[in-house]
Amino acid sequence: MTLDPITLTVIQSGLQQVCDEMDLSFSRAAFSPVIAEANDRSDGIYSAEDGSLIAQGSQGLPVFVGVMQYSTATLIRMIAEGKVVAPKPGDIYIVNDPYLGGTHLMDVRFAMPVWRNGEIFCWLSNTGHWPDTGGAVPGGFSASATAVEQEGLRLPPVRLFKNGELDPEIYAIICSNIRVADQRIGDVKAQAAALYVGEARLTRLLDRYGDDTVREAIGELRSRAAEQMRAQIAQIPPGTYRSTAYIDSDGVVNEPLEIKLAVTADGEGLTFDFAGSSPPCQGPMNSVIATTLSSVYLAMRHIFPDVPISAGAFEPLTVKRPEGTFLDAQYPRPVSGCAAEVSQRIAEAVFAALVEALPGKVSAAPAGSSGNFALGGEVPETGQSYVMYQISGGGYGGYAGGDGISNGCSTIGISKAPPVEIMEQQFPVLYHRYALREGSGGAGAQRGGFGLDYEVEILKGQARASFVMDHGRFGPQGALGGGDGAVNEVAVTRGGESFTPEHLSKAQDISLVAGDRVRVKTPGGGGYGDPAMRDRALVEEDVRLGRYTAEEAKLLFG
Amino acid sequence: MLDHKTPAAAAGKAPEMTDKTLTGSFAGIDVGGTFTDLVFYDSKAKAVKLAKVPTTLDNQSKGVLAALDAAEVDAAALDLIVHGTTTTTNAVLERQLCKTGLVTTLGFRDVLELGRRTRPHAYGMTGQFRPIIPRDLRLEIPERMLADGSEYAPLDEGALRAALQELLEKGCEALVIHFLHAYANPAHEIRAGEIAREVWPNGNITLGHALISESREFERGVTAAVNASVQPLLRRYVERLADRLSERGYDRDLLVMNGNGGMVSARVVAEEAAKTVMSGPASGVMAAAYTGRRAGIPDLLTYDMGGTSTDVAMIRGADPAVSHEIEIEYAMPIHVPMVDVRTVGAGGGSIARVDAAGLLQVGPESAGSVPGPICYGKGGLEPTISDANMALGRMDPGKLNTISGDVSLETIRAAFQSRLGDALGLDATESAAAVLRIATAKMADAVRMVSISLGEDPRDFALFAFGGAGPLHACAIARELGVPRVLVPARPGITNALGCVVADLRHDYVATVNQPLDACDMDEVHALFDRQVEEGRAAIGRERVEIAEEKISFSVEMRFIGQTHLLRVPLPSATPTREELQALFEEAYFKRFQVKLPEIRPALVNVNTSVIGRRPEIDLSALIDPAGRKATLEEARTGTRPVFFDAWIDTPIYWRDHLPADATLSGPAIVEQMDCTLVLEPGDVATQDADGNLIVTVGPRA
Repeated sequence: MTLDPITLTVIQSGLQQVCDEMDLSFSRAAFSPVIAEANDRSDGIYSAEDGSLIAQGSQGLPVFVGVMQYSTATLIRMIAEGKVVAPKPGDIYIVNDPYLGGTHLMDVRFAMPVWRNGEIFCWLSNTGHWPDTGGAVPGGFSASATAVEQEGLRLPPVRLFKNGELDPEIYAIICSNIRVADQRIGDVKAQAAALYVGEARLTRLLDRYGDDTVREAIGELRSRAAEQMRAQIAQIPPGTYRSTAYIDSDGVVNEPLEIKLAVTADGEGLTFDFAGSSPPCQGPMNSVIATTLSSVYLAMRHIFPDVPISAGAFEPLTVKRPEGTFLDAQYPRPVSGCAAEVSQRIAEAVFAALVEALPGKVSAAPAGSSGNFALGGEVPETGQSYVMYQISGGGYGGYAGGDGISNGCSTIGISKAPPVEIMEQQFPVLYHRYALREGSGGAGAQRGGFGLDYEVEILKGQARASFVMDHGRFGPQGALGGGDGAVNEVAVTRGGESFTPEHLSKAQDISLVAGDRVRVKTPGGGGYGDPAMRDRALVEEDVRLGRYTAEEAKLLFG
Repeated sequence: MLDHKTPAAAAGKAPEMTDKTLTGSFAGIDVGGTFTDLVFYDSKAKAVKLAKVPTTLDNQSKGVLAALDAAEVDAAALDLIVHGTTTTTNAVLERQLCKTGLVTTLGFRDVLELGRRTRPHAYGMTGQFRPIIPRDLRLEIPERMLADGSEYAPLDEGALRAALQELLEKGCEALVIHFLHAYANPAHEIRAGEIAREVWPNGNITLGHALISESREFERGVTAAVNASVQPLLRRYVERLADRLSERGYDRDLLVMNGNGGMVSARVVAEEAAKTVMSGPASGVMAAAYTGRRAGIPDLLTYDMGGTSTDVAMIRGADPAVSHEIEIEYAMPIHVPMVDVRTVGAGGGSIARVDAAGLLQVGPESAGSVPGPICYGKGGLEPTISDANMALGRMDPGKLNTISGDVSLETIRAAFQSRLGDALGLDATESAAAVLRIATAKMADAVRMVSISLGEDPRDFALFAFGGAGPLHACAIARELGVPRVLVPARPGITNALGCVVADLRHDYVATVNQPLDACDMDEVHALFDRQVEEGRAAIGRERVEIAEEKISFSVEMRFIGQTHLLRVPLPSATPTREELQALFEEAYFKRFQVKLPEIRPALVNVNTSVIGRRPEIDLSALIDPAGRKATLEEARTGTRPVFFDAWIDTPIYWRDHLPADATLSGPAIVEQMDCTLVLEPGDVATQDADGNLIVTVGPRA
């Protein structure tokens, strides 16, 4: 090796910095709150040869770990095969096709080559969650779609920017197929601007250290990240570890979907085998292969947060292609639930399989749902229509070091939920409560965190409510003798009568009028370890603070 | 709708102004984590006295009095004492808080515990969060306002009285009343406050809307809860200190630093106690702004490196950036205006390790103060940034034995060899140099990130280096960043105390408009500015401190409709036309994002005014006694020692206080002073200005 280890570290943090600056620029300039506030976006650098991940922003949405390397790889392959027009300087591709290495349609990717001396040095790519890409329901989360065409506009890789200019013809097609199109121009420019920022910063790094040195460093960093992951995996005693996780239903057929996972450790690497999982489903709870892989990586990064995100870190992880299951969906299977819900069940399966082997590093199952509640309606006085999203957290699993936190963010996200005051400013609704869900944390030596309990009333006009949640049938799993967290509960009160949706955690277009209410109780986290071993003082404190009743505490903790 | 924020009215009575003639002398005293620093300034004699004594954590006022004694300052003869205290900062960070109760809207007592659904780290599903007020002290009562300010359910006064009684019985000393949408209509909070005052045995009552009148119930609630839970502590502390000073014959107002870089009377400071959190770092930034303005270098990035962390702030046009959205730790937002000081990465105690991939990493683990770096001699075994400085001759190895008798340079070098060098294939010197190189690159990246997040290119600024370790690294970091100049003030180690001496009186006002620009009533906007100016002038008038000049600055915060992040736009006057606002915003937006958005209309969100009373000018050249300066550079030289800059070079060492007034130094050189060391690397050239600052022109990269 000709590179000294110090230059290597400096280039490593330089590449990281390029990505972090792209993340920051994207959020600050974006219009859609999903990107600007919830940081539902990610930026990274990808190799020119095969699109493999070189570095990724540390503030990107975790579920995008590794996804963009598949879309970039597909793009590079399609260009080589002549299926996509080759790029010229100043061109930026847009693509959201899930089957070409993506998630759901709303995650729209941009990709731009970085040119050095007339050749492509690497690719920059980012993903932003657009608030709408057309389809049957506003926002794209149709709980009852049976084909991808119902979910929205599907874009193959096309050059949206040519020679630095937005192509008005392609843009016009997009705008004609999505809702609230007039505000998208701001997000489109923000997404492109983030790539330009990355290009400028990367160019400075290349000018300073030289293209060959940086190229060499990238190769070296990749093999070192692989070594680092192998060193972590070596802690896992060789053997096969199994787990099962369930999704309530696909939204169309009211039966649980099963994820069966066997993780085999051989001292060097891990093999993930999902054989025996449910076949592709009719509703939108299918996962495309890129999302399935990314969910495994995401879970491993939660377990080993110190290993930097790069293709090298994924090398020791072999995921057998789960052909014939709902985790490897093919066109035209609907996929809107893959990024938000299926991904979290996959992560739960990974945690559940490995917690016995790594009891100091893995927690019991977290609530693991994005808790999407969408309300679309109209304000009678102005005639203006609105779409409100309430995302919510839940309890985290207990872990060796302590109890799970309450109302934690989804496993795959890092976004904040909007304040009640902001929701009430923007939409004609009234929250009657926004509270800790008492009794919901799974029992354990370290108990699970508590879920959220909110109730919202429609104040004016009419509205339609949709839900894409999970864990309504089975609570988040306890670990090492701990109890499960409480299940997700949805209750709709319409015309004074209360009911639970047929699919428990999923429903579409429930008609409501002023005075009707929706109450949601999100899952608690799984407990960790034998509840009888819990410190008595902590049990008493939870009772004193009203987190459990005295009766519950006696029942759960003995 | 327009709402307008009024700061808490001056509570308590002002002491009568005495007839005593002004002596023209005053003192700034800053209590830091380790030391209490004092700067005394006699404006008639243009003389300065300094003191540095250990901080007395159990009762900070002891250290304050000790500092006065150490500097031989007669408190009775002072016109003014300005005090920076960490009382509230420490209380919050260590959770040593007063027992505080919350009364809130039915259905919402858990807002403070639920937060905004986050987690402590992006990766890793573990970590803890403890709400600032425990659940059994958070009570709910029926009442409800709507977002438009209309009443949905009346205030249940009976339930309120019962709740107050319960909190008193549970032993609460302070109280928060925090209702949903009180920023839109505070009537219920105000009425509840009246009732509470009837039964609450002390004045420790915080109304949620009083500190910040902005929506977001978690952030507003936490800010109010922090205020209440430190209020009794701060009140007791300043009262005790004022009494002690009064015993010494000091009969004037004691002023206390706020986190916005201004100061307020000790009589009222506890009302808005949350504003004193983080006042120490703010004070240092104020001193930097003052120093930079006098030096003709008004655009600065401040670089304050201490033992465990480094603080960075941005100053534009001698005006420090202020933020209303600071989160002082995980899920602890304090949304009052504070100088925007960001804590980034490494400090002198950051540990260097070789990671599992065989890469050398510096930080984030820190040796802290116990055991501290190896060179502290308190049992530290792992090499740190400070140890690297020691091993490379950048810090005086002669000082090793003043800290501890049993650590030698060889111990340190052996640690670099065995813990880093063997794994990296480097010798001890190369390992230590590698640690500095990585630390420099990381800190430069962190400074760049702060600068960019505030919308500026760091290369347009000079680096202002202070704190014990700032000047050791500043020139290297500047070179890495492409920053052309470094300003090293005369007394880098007492910058926070200097901030107390130079600080202005300052009041910040924010009024929320939140309307499309083309729908704004511009007369109403102008009237808002007028009202803010009026309030600010009245507030400054009440402080009864000599003012040399009044400075008023206006700005707005705007966004394109549909965006959530705001962009601050400074205004040249309080009477902008609609067209001017539009043009200024578009210009600022393009500068930040390189994007034009003619398709989308802008909105005016906030109207801001800062009213600043500037104190009489202080002559900073007195910070280093002119009589002590030598005639030539050679006379200021204390010796020569080998220092490692890519190779060992015999490097001259100078004593800062002895530098001749017109000194010019070329690197490599080391300038030492009481509590600080400046390293000039080869190629750097430092000149001294009239105030005794060293202005370093950073040389090209080797």
